[in-house]
Amino acid sequence: MRLVAHNMLQCHVKGCNSNNFPLQLSNVEIEIQETDFNPMFLRNILPKLEWNALVKTALQINITTLPNVLPDTSTDDLDDEFLKMLHRVLLETHIQQGKMICPNCNHVYAIKDGIPNMLLNENET
Amino acid sequence: MRLKDLESKLQNVAGFDKPKIELEQYCTTPHLAARMLYTAHTVYDDIESKVVADFGCGCGILSIAANLLNSSYNLALEIDDDALQIAKENCSEFEVDVDFTLTDLISIPMDHLRNKVDTIVMNPPFGTKNNKGIDMIFLKKAIEAAKISVYSLHKSTTREHIRKKAKEWGVECEVLAEMKFDVPMMYKGHKKKSVDIEVDFIRFAKKSY
Repeated sequence: MRLVAHNMLQCHVKGCNSNNFPLQLSNVEIEIQETDFNPMFLRNILPKLEWNALVKTALQINITTLPNVLPDTSTDDLDDEFLKMLHRVLLETHIQQGKMICPNCNHVYAIKDGIPNMLLNENET
Repeated sequence: MRLKDLESKLQNVAGFDKPKIELEQYCTTPHLAARMLYTAHTVYDDIESKVVADFGCGCGILSIAANLLNSSYNLALEIDDDALQIAKENCSEFEVDVDFTLTDLISIPMDHLRNKVDTIVMNPPFGTKNNKGIDMIFLKKAIEAAKISVYSLHKSTTREHIRKKAKEWGVECEVLAEMKFDVPMMYKGHKKKSVDIEVDFIRFAKKSY
């Protein structure tokens, strides 16, 4: 799982309806897998991501390179260095093992072999 | 990439080891998968450089096809861990990056997928195994999440119902092709070797886009 996917996941335990995003990463194992640099994709995805959640999550796995405020993506002057840093964080950083904990209800979702398990027991849905 | 090259590459996608009847696990054939994604790509430009999600990805053939047509990011959701392991294996054979999540589409909310995913491709369960209506649950969620469009397969017999629902949900609904889905009779309850099911290949488009 990469951080783009994590930015789309929320807790959905029955009754857990607020403060249930982003899920907090804990005890993670990270693997870097290099992939082709695609600046156009990064420019497209940037304004769609929930930036605050991304920054917070990145800090949980000791990535401190993201600025607190997203630079203006409507202008085209995002420099290559910045985009390459984002590329590394968003597309090359794979969370292979670990846990995601709901900030509201503390439900734990496991990440195993790179796949987060979002399934709930019957009594939790 | 030409259609026949895409289809021929997809021949190498491995299918289910032990298909589960309750999940209606029939692998989308390379023939169908290639046509779905090729049409979405060449006619509507909904794949290249797009964020593409695959709902109920099974062995991952639609995600792989999207990747071969240069989608920029792929997310694949699937409820069955055994299927996901095969999908993962397939993706590493093809050297494509797909982020998987083990997910029950029925209970998962779309709040944080919305606006991030451009295009959704799927071959949903048809709802013929004591799970009537599951195809429409998949469809409703996909339409809720996709920014641009949803490509899906549905039994032709449900066409009018789907048109009605699409209208209700405020999306355009275009039947792009009628196809025959050769469902292999892999389960005990099946008497024939295989049977053709008539399916519609449908594009749902967000009107605001």
